[in-house]
Amino acid sequence: MGEALSLTQVNVERQRAVVAALRGFLPQESVLWREEETRPYECDGLTAYRHVPMVVALPDTEEQVRRVLKTCHGMGVPVVPRGAGTGLSGGALPLGDGVLLSMAKFMRILRVDPLACIAVVQPGVRNAAISDAAVRFGLYYAPDPSSQIACSIGGNVAENSGGVHCLKYGLTVHNVLGVRGYTIDGEPITFGSEALDSPGYDLLALVIGSEGMLAVTTEITVKLLPKPRCAQVIMASFDDVEKAGDAVAAVLAAGIVPAGLEMMDKPATRAVEEFVHAGYDLDAVAILLCESDGSPEEVADEIARMKAVLEAGGATRMSVSRDEDERLRFWSGRKAAFGAMGRISPDYYCMDGTIPRKRLGEVLTFIAQMEKKYGLRCPNVFHAGDGNLHPLILFDANDPDQLTRTEQFAAEVLEKCIEVGGTITGEHGVGVEKIDQMCAQFGRDELEVFHGIKRAFDPQGLLNPGKAVPTLVRCAEFGRMHVRGGQLRHPELPRF
Amino acid sequence: MDAPIAALAGAIREAAQARRPLRLRGGGTKDFYGGEPVGEPLDTRVCSGITSYEPSELVVTARCGTPLAELESALAASGQMLAFEPPHFGRAATLGGCIAAGLSGPRRAAAGSVRDFVLGARLIDGRGRVLAFGGQVMKNVAGYDVSRLVAGSLGTLGLIVEVSLKVLPKPPAERTLRLELPEDRVIEQMNRWSGLPLSITATAWHLGTLALRLSGAPSALDAAARHIGGERLEESEANAFWQELREQRTPFFAGDEPLWRLSLPPSTGPLGLPGAQMIEWNGALRWLKTNAQAHELRSAAGRAGGHATRFRSPERSSGVFADLPPALSRLHRELKAVFDPAGILNRGRLYAEF
Repeated sequence: MGEALSLTQVNVERQRAVVAALRGFLPQESVLWREEETRPYECDGLTAYRHVPMVVALPDTEEQVRRVLKTCHGMGVPVVPRGAGTGLSGGALPLGDGVLLSMAKFMRILRVDPLACIAVVQPGVRNAAISDAAVRFGLYYAPDPSSQIACSIGGNVAENSGGVHCLKYGLTVHNVLGVRGYTIDGEPITFGSEALDSPGYDLLALVIGSEGMLAVTTEITVKLLPKPRCAQVIMASFDDVEKAGDAVAAVLAAGIVPAGLEMMDKPATRAVEEFVHAGYDLDAVAILLCESDGSPEEVADEIARMKAVLEAGGATRMSVSRDEDERLRFWSGRKAAFGAMGRISPDYYCMDGTIPRKRLGEVLTFIAQMEKKYGLRCPNVFHAGDGNLHPLILFDANDPDQLTRTEQFAAEVLEKCIEVGGTITGEHGVGVEKIDQMCAQFGRDELEVFHGIKRAFDPQGLLNPGKAVPTLVRCAEFGRMHVRGGQLRHPELPRF
Repeated sequence: MDAPIAALAGAIREAAQARRPLRLRGGGTKDFYGGEPVGEPLDTRVCSGITSYEPSELVVTARCGTPLAELESALAASGQMLAFEPPHFGRAATLGGCIAAGLSGPRRAAAGSVRDFVLGARLIDGRGRVLAFGGQVMKNVAGYDVSRLVAGSLGTLGLIVEVSLKVLPKPPAERTLRLELPEDRVIEQMNRWSGLPLSITATAWHLGTLALRLSGAPSALDAAARHIGGERLEESEANAFWQELREQRTPFFAGDEPLWRLSLPPSTGPLGLPGAQMIEWNGALRWLKTNAQAHELRSAAGRAGGHATRFRSPERSSGVFADLPPALSRLHRELKAVFDPAGILNRGRLYAEF
């Protein structure tokens, strides 16, 4: 799919005009247009989709961002904003006739206010760097996507990123107080503030997770939390996936909200154990990691309660981390799960559906059936506490047939997630990757509302066009391919 | 679609065709809040009841007309709660009104606001279309987050017919401490404590006395209470205090003087504005009972990086909420037009121009 796209011819005349206009206010080295310079930007973390941008702009001041947007808006050139490029849904996939606006130079932490418990940062700051800057005040930034050493906070805002601790501490939307930036016409705009609310509609909630389609972020105010005094994790083995799922429900029903609650199935456990030697139980059908944090007294108390619940739920083996090193070792496997897949397979395709937890057994059984149907392996890692499932389909992209099978496999799983009352994406975003599944998730009227919101911010559709929300025509085409139960999702639209 | 939703959708569709303004109304407990309600009342209580609730999923889904008290007792029966502690302001309060008003109570600074707990919503827009956004799962980034956008929109974007909320277990134990502290010291002190892992879940300061609530495991509360000091309140007295505060029935809130709500960066020092004051949320929320001029209050709040709302006042024709900068104001008007092109839903309730 990607190769053909990248061969799109660049309109040289147009390219020259855009480069000249941007060079009017950007230094020469901040405007890239030669293919050897623009090629590195052809994809984000979803490498299956590639597209060389017409021009790359690398501003380093807000004023330059404003002028890039104003210029592109004036010339009718689409703009794709990009953070660290670690996104997994192709949200920062460039356009062959567009400007890729890299925010990589916005790397400064502007202010850490330990009294108000906030940090004001630029969008290119890495997620983990915020906590590093706050640690001397005993504070940290809670959302911790597994890519936190590389991903930028601007990208987190665009995707509403989660992490392994978000059941207790929330997602990006719960931990960001304000966002400053520009709309596509170069108009400065601020959503939220350092207060806890703002007058009027909650546009901050709307902009977070909008996949860079409503505004370009240049400054972000995040909430910092006091670092818990200690944390411990239980590693529990189960001989049955459904039992593990039921044990998770039992922990929550017992009135405990663990700081982290993760599950891995046997194939995933085996793959990571070989890679990081975390000491995982290789005979377990599923393992759970349940973390408690707080004061030492609180943690001791909660660990004891969780152990009792897990034991009653049929855990076959349990170990509790004895010190910080061991805790980090238990987590190292989970955090390295994606990397481990890269070692046992040439390529892997990560899904991101979220399901009501009680349907876990059914969905995992379905995935096992799909493994047989498509002849591909699919280990599972699962944010068990919040129902966010990351099945990883292993394939070889050099084999076009495997790639096609992978895409069909993934599409079926995502539609299964919708069928059980879940969603196609919990934290990675729709981007270009899941845009067709949006047609199954939403009806015509909801999609019309999304397009209306987009037009309110960006009437000409120049900011990151073609991502996240499919056109109704695209859904009509897709609907023809995916008729389920004899019911067409958009029967009123013309067919091709 | 079932009959009550179809009936509400039909009523909105007809009103839109006739361009007849509608006033969406549940129990009417928040009639005082926002601009003067106008239009023909549309009673949202025809659509009521808990649709699904499974404590182990930490999610409840209920219809707009569900009495808030009924919902909270159902949760309490499973040891759970709405962690944003919404004020009811009367026994007739409904879930729909709670979400539309977007008001949170004492636990807000620690736990989050109404919108933080919204997972999904079914909405009838101003054309009478029934729309579904979000879902019943904790993490969902498919499409723009419309279900959080409608929280606090005062019914101006649509009628919220059903909402799914994240719920949390009630804390195993709570304890309330009382300390004497002057205003200039209390703000800094509350902010300092909020940066420490002390499990403070509510603060309220008035006339030199700070009440502070801790929530968590009993062992953790002992340690936190030793750190903070002060006098411990009896449990029943403490529960009554927070309940009365949440419902604004403490003596501070009595009387007819206009009540202003100032939302500020929490570490903002004393503003020295005229009138009586109650401080909550570690300093982020300051209630003022005052006859001071609106512009004086609004500019003081604005200078500090916050905003002032005329929360409860006999006079509300001159604007309840702080004016928006032009770029935001334009977005508000355009979003209103997306959801309610005929401009019939709760006209003027949020801002006079729509």
